[in-house]
Amino acid sequence: MEKRKRHQTEEKIIEIGLILVSTISILTTIGIVITLFYESYEFFMEVSMIEFFTTLRWAPVFDPPSFGVLPLLSGTLLIAVLSSFISLPLGLGSAIYLSEFASKKMRQLIKPLLELLAGIPSIVYGFFALTFITPLIRQILPDTSVYNALSASIAVGIMTLPMVASLSEDAMMAVPDSIRQGAYALGSTRLEVALHVIVPAAFSGIAASFMLAISRAIGETMIVAIAAGQTPTFTLNPLESIQTMTGFMVNMALGDIQQGSIEFKTVFVVGALLFLVTLALNFIAKFVIQKNREVY
Amino acid sequence: MGKTSKRRRLAQRLFLNKFFEYLFLAAILLSISVLLILVGDVLRKGLGSLDWSFITSMPSSRPERAGILPALLGTLWVIGLTALISIPVGVGTAIYLEEYANKRSWFFRIMNINIGNLAGVPSIVYGILGLTVFVQLLKIGPTILAGALTLSLLILPVIIVSSVEAIKAVPSSVKEGSYALGVSRWRTITGVILPMALPGILTGSILALSRAMGEAAPLIMVGAVGFVTFLPDGILDRYTLLPMLIYNWTSRPQDAFAQIAAAGIIVMMILLLITNITAILLRRKTQNRVE
Repeated sequence: MEKRKRHQTEEKIIEIGLILVSTISILTTIGIVITLFYESYEFFMEVSMIEFFTTLRWAPVFDPPSFGVLPLLSGTLLIAVLSSFISLPLGLGSAIYLSEFASKKMRQLIKPLLELLAGIPSIVYGFFALTFITPLIRQILPDTSVYNALSASIAVGIMTLPMVASLSEDAMMAVPDSIRQGAYALGSTRLEVALHVIVPAAFSGIAASFMLAISRAIGETMIVAIAAGQTPTFTLNPLESIQTMTGFMVNMALGDIQQGSIEFKTVFVVGALLFLVTLALNFIAKFVIQKNREVY
Repeated sequence: MGKTSKRRRLAQRLFLNKFFEYLFLAAILLSISVLLILVGDVLRKGLGSLDWSFITSMPSSRPERAGILPALLGTLWVIGLTALISIPVGVGTAIYLEEYANKRSWFFRIMNINIGNLAGVPSIVYGILGLTVFVQLLKIGPTILAGALTLSLLILPVIIVSSVEAIKAVPSSVKEGSYALGVSRWRTITGVILPMALPGILTGSILALSRAMGEAAPLIMVGAVGFVTFLPDGILDRYTLLPMLIYNWTSRPQDAFAQIAAAGIIVMMILLLITNITAILLRRKTQNRVE
């Protein structure tokens, strides 16, 4: 009886311990939100929101400083858009091939290679962008600056491609085979089945993979810090040197900034913006999946 | 429709089918050839500088004498400590979610939404959190411990998700058999469930750690430096890591630094290859034992 009671308290203590451990991941979220928004609040006590969101010059460490975030946003947008020109079509094409055309053997051969591509650290892609892609671009377009958005975008596109391929393939593989066989029985070619039956049926999963890839591109840091440049420019010209939100944060962290200064707070306010944009994209992706989930 | 036009239409459809098959295949081959070009490029630039003294020397402002020893040790220290922190927390959370929590409770639902969202937060944002909470608030400073704590939070969602999957895959008959013998919940978990779930947990954890090994962005935020000339010998030391040193060398304009950056990348990729192969082998070995 005594022993049993001891066992019971022991079990209870373990359960409480596990609950405490579990709350760490919730505390992480709370910590991120409080940290970012507290410093951002302080930032907006000194700088007006109108200046921040509408003016076109980002120069927080200059004298006089200027806090228009649009150049950083346009730089980030440029990378996100250009990289999706690579990751979305190539990723979707790869996924369609793997799911609808490839033999089982072929799939077993190709999938690990794509996973390998996904496992390469972003610092390596950054090196590749600066020392391989950029010289290549400059051979074709000699006016391109050493640091430019195009080179970084190509690298970011290659990095996010495997994600689109694997998530889209998962979505297409999840379409029941009976539907596929039905379409074949009506005399469709593989292409017709893929484009008219499978892709529409897997649409929500494919759309979600697109959004997650774009969100990843927006948060990508080392590639753009290395290859895209450090000049906040409000431009849509991919051959110019730009700066993204993440690139700015790295740049500031490497410099010597006083804690509590306005420059210090810019890191947090830009971080908060980055956090909100990626969070919104992830939420939309999840919403799209849930809303359009086909029930078979 | 005449017979010939029908036949022509069929030929057209079959042609389109073949055409797109090759187009989609080309998309894959393009991606894979990029992988080969990247690896080939890094090897071509880096192999010349890679020798034993490169691994055992200190960094130097003269590229021909520079080595990676502090960064290599820094990476091992930080990743080792990250493993010690993140695996117990991640597995503990997974055990609670799978074996204790009421799956209809608000806590369970919030946890799931939360883990999903955390996985999508850019790594540099974790760096900001680490800077504020670990470096400044808890006054740990820009040390190995602060770096490891930050990386632990970064990979925690991945470890939780893979551990949950591994625990889920344990057949409930085994678990119920244990309960039927009067074994308590915790003893069932440690004696029956965890041993069977171990291969999945280990594989997921090692893959997560190998992702952490290539991270630079959050560590820049928490004060890892690109250039040190001393070796770390405690968790409260300042440090550099392979990705940081590679970044430092890559951002210098001289060609000689690009070459040693490539050599550093080769070392890092070999390390990643070793961890990944370890994950695969561990999974196989433990699988055999359970069966």
